Amino acid sequence: MTVFDAAIIGGGLAGCSAALHLSLRGASVVLLERGLCGAQASGVNYGGVRQQGRHPAELPLSRRSREIWGRMPALIGTDCEFAMTGHLKLALTDRQMTELVTYRDTAEAFGLALELISRDALQRRYPYLGGGLAGGSLCAEDGQANPRLVAPAFARAARRAGADIRENAEVSGAWPDGDGFGLRVGGAAEPVRALRLINVAGAWGAKVASWFGDAVDEGVIAPNMCVTEPLPVFMGPNLGVCGGGIYLRQVPHGSVIFGAGLGVADRDRSRARPLGEVTCEAARLAIDMVPRLAQALLVRTWTGIEGCMPDGLPVMGPSPSTPGLFHAFGFSGHGFQLGPGVGAVLAELALDGTTPTPIDGLSISRFHPARSDQGRSPMARSGPDGGMQDRQDNQGN
Amino acid sequence: MTSGEIVIVGAGPAGMRAAITLARAGRRPIVLDEAPSSGGQVYRRPPPAIRRDAGALYGFEGRRATELHRAFDVLKGDIDYRPGTLVWNATDTRLHLLAEGRSRTQSWGRIILAPGAMDRIVPLPGWTLPGVYTLGGAQVALKAQAVGIGARVVFFGTGPLLYLVACQYAKAGIDVRAVLDTAPGLASLEALPGLIRGGRTFLKGLHYVSWLRMRGVRIASGVRPVEIGAGADGAVSGFRFERPGGREAFVECDAIGFGFGLKSETQLADLLGLDFAFDHRQRQWLPVQDADGRGSVPGVYLAGDGARVRGADVAELAGERAALAVLADEGEGAHRSRMAALGARIARAEPFRRALDEIAFPFPVELAREVPGDVMVCRCEGIDAKTIRNVAAASGTVDINRLKAFTRLGMGRCQGRVCAPAATEILAAAAGVPVEAVGRLRGQAPIKPMPLSALAEASS
Ligand SMILES: Cc1cc2nc3c(=O)[nH]c(=O)nc-3n(C[C@H](O)[C@H](O)[C@H](O)COP(=O)(O)OP(=O)(O)OC[C@H]3O[C@@H](n4cnc5c(N)ncnc54)[C@H](O)[C@@H]3O)c2cc1C
Ligand SMILES: Cc1cc2nc3c(=O)[nH]c(=O)nc-3n(C[C@H](O)[C@H](O)[C@H](O)COP(=O)(O)OP(=O)(O)OC[C@H]3O[C@@H](n4cnc5c(N)ncnc54)[C@H](O)[C@@H]3O)c2cc1C
Repeated sequence: MTVFDAAIIGGGLAGCSAALHLSLRGASVVLLERGLCGAQASGVNYGGVRQQGRHPAELPLSRRSREIWGRMPALIGTDCEFAMTGHLKLALTDRQMTELVTYRDTAEAFGLALELISRDALQRRYPYLGGGLAGGSLCAEDGQANPRLVAPAFARAARRAGADIRENAEVSGAWPDGDGFGLRVGGAAEPVRALRLINVAGAWGAKVASWFGDAVDEGVIAPNMCVTEPLPVFMGPNLGVCGGGIYLRQVPHGSVIFGAGLGVADRDRSRARPLGEVTCEAARLAIDMVPRLAQALLVRTWTGIEGCMPDGLPVMGPSPSTPGLFHAFGFSGHGFQLGPGVGAVLAELALDGTTPTPIDGLSISRFHPARSDQGRSPMARSGPDGGMQDRQDNQGN
Repeated sequence: MTSGEIVIVGAGPAGMRAAITLARAGRRPIVLDEAPSSGGQVYRRPPPAIRRDAGALYGFEGRRATELHRAFDVLKGDIDYRPGTLVWNATDTRLHLLAEGRSRTQSWGRIILAPGAMDRIVPLPGWTLPGVYTLGGAQVALKAQAVGIGARVVFFGTGPLLYLVACQYAKAGIDVRAVLDTAPGLASLEALPGLIRGGRTFLKGLHYVSWLRMRGVRIASGVRPVEIGAGADGAVSGFRFERPGGREAFVECDAIGFGFGLKSETQLADLLGLDFAFDHRQRQWLPVQDADGRGSVPGVYLAGDGARVRGADVAELAGERAALAVLADEGEGAHRSRMAALGARIARAEPFRRALDEIAFPFPVELAREVPGDVMVCRCEGIDAKTIRNVAAASGTVDINRLKAFTRLGMGRCQGRVCAPAATEILAAAAGVPVEAVGRLRGQAPIKPMPLSALAEASS
């Protein structure tokens, strides 16, 4: 009977990238996806490829991932419309501007260059912005991509590299079995067997983790997304604000996509929908930020189902309970940019048992201080108010 | 037992009759309609500036239209009728409306969806040229603005509207150059038994055809459209088609009206989470309803062409039935026999409808499946037929929503309401599966494009 080197539960961007990176290293891989690859969060997100504003615990991973975004044509045969348009984070108050200055120094330590822009320079360089801004911070190497294309493109590349990608294949249970794992897939009598198991089941990640006793509280969010009819191209960088209230970008064919607030998600039925009231509020915020949008037509709203951890940071790393099991889920609204890097790091963890990319602050053990000597990473935040603010800031953009 | 406001969406024959029924039973329904006046597609009243008498305006429908309008108007005080109000979003407890340039909300306890239908089209070379309209669009121009789409007009496609609109144009003194039907022919013997059961409606149809013939209007059946020609000015110059047997012909004209029957407007049903099933006769996914017009979500009722295209008379019957179902569900049982009678009358109309849909005016599936490669299918996003076929082949896509994700088809202003009938057939043909296997494009709010300023005002 076939025993794969690794089995992957979940065909989002994280899983498809893991399948590719494992296959490129010569490992035999099976990926099991309940629906179609990239049809959940990875395929319906806002499309922001942003490093700026990320928590330090996540920055090394984000840097690693950004490097992969830059070489996707060579890696998977397409750029998935990735464009380095930059990400401009705006401060509404002087206090927020001070925070941007502090963050610039933090980011620098991770090799991420940010350019601070004064109030006056903002209006000169980005005349389409509304008034009342205190300044901004530009990350030139951030950008955007078409989320609908990315995970499927990684899946195709993985398949070409030899991975066994199975769609419409739901894993209903998994367990340690000998020196590996058994997985029950759909109605099949025979379990799928593999030596390593990778849990990248997105908003359903905690459920998979619970099969192995790795209990963790994963909530669910549904960022409320809006898109206008195509407009003449005028916007440069993706826009975000301190506190995360609203984010906007213009896609190459002219539509402006923006998001603010949350819709509702029903994780059990895999259904999510945006909310009319939230859409109205998002429209107001978008017009405040870019006044010329007042006359634009909204053509569509949507949302998706995203796992969210209590501290707004993903879970990533080896299982504390089960050797050979690795988790990466609960990306809390900002795992699209991370996806390619998550796959690369998971491949290293599964094959080498270690990775050069520091991810300690993301360990699932941070939620089980009693059971782990790692405890809470000093980088994971604790204060309720700063935490809340940053977490919103992280969502969906 | 009452449970909140009774809201009716649509003031066509279905919605108006539902409102009248409820008002007569002592309820005060809220009627929301996007149009500035009641009547829906068929009995739409023109703006006051171009008032014409009912006979001239509605033809055969004159008496019925007058009756319905009068009954509705008499009850004005008992019906909270709100014209010019678009329902752009719906949830399990409330609606989002756009009226007077502002968004607002309306709660509902029971809701009757009667949003009607729209033209169904199949793209062909030249269909995006200036001067090309849908049959319904051509009719609206005449009814609401009292102007034709051109001076020398060709109508083609299939369905009852083809002949009706051609007659209306000829009567208005416009030169109708030809009426070209893709269906094999109205007199098709197979269809006859069913058609004759259509009684009044069937006779009306025959009358239109013979009236057009008498006026010397060229009528042909079994044609296959080839292309809409463009003149030096870039506008419509004529229409090229194949007769049965393959001989090509060309008619000069300056405008074209075309369409292939109607498709139900189902976005609100979708947003409300109703179950859908594929309807083979209409070749469309339609909300599932019980014998009295109840949708699968409690409190939601369906009536008229929005539930299933069955024409104005059935729309009225179904509107009354849905209203009675509302009353029955609120504990008023006295209407059972009336409901049964309505059900029987609706059932009696079925054989006629089947004959229309399946034999007299079938949707030209082959034409849709074989749309030439460089013809634009999704006009909003600029996606042509070969892109659909190429993406389907390269990605192994069988699902219309997957196709949407990869190509942007159906993501624009109309959210695929125009392109879905052809796009699903093209995809099904490319993937070698039955059309129902490719699924359906989901409706998302707002169901029509909305200015951000209108939304923003709601929230400030
Ligand atoms: C509306 C929205 C906007 C966002 N915007 C951004 C943004 O701009 N930038 C950014 O960086 N991030 C953004 N995010 C977050 C980002 O999309 C996600 O963090 C990321 O896609 C998560 O990838 P994933 O592979 O972990 O999860 P998913 O893409 O959800 O994939 C998980 C997969 O696992 C499958 N699965 C689950 N259980 C099983 C099982 N038992 N058996 C088989 N398969 C299973 C699911 O079907 C799913 O396909 C946004 C998210 C949403 C919803
Ligand atoms: C363009 C067109 C022309 C037609 N012409 C004829 C004809 O001449 N003769 C004939 O016998 N049949 C005609 N038909 C068929 C005819 O529509 C029906 O048989 C009949 O009108 C159906 O009645 P109804 O009440 O179901 O829907 P309709 O009469 O279509 O009424 C539906 C009403 O709902 C409103 N509405 C829809 N969605 C919303 C929303 N989201 N918010 C607010 N309001 C909404 C519309 O504005 C409309 O007024 C036509 C159909 C179309 C599409």
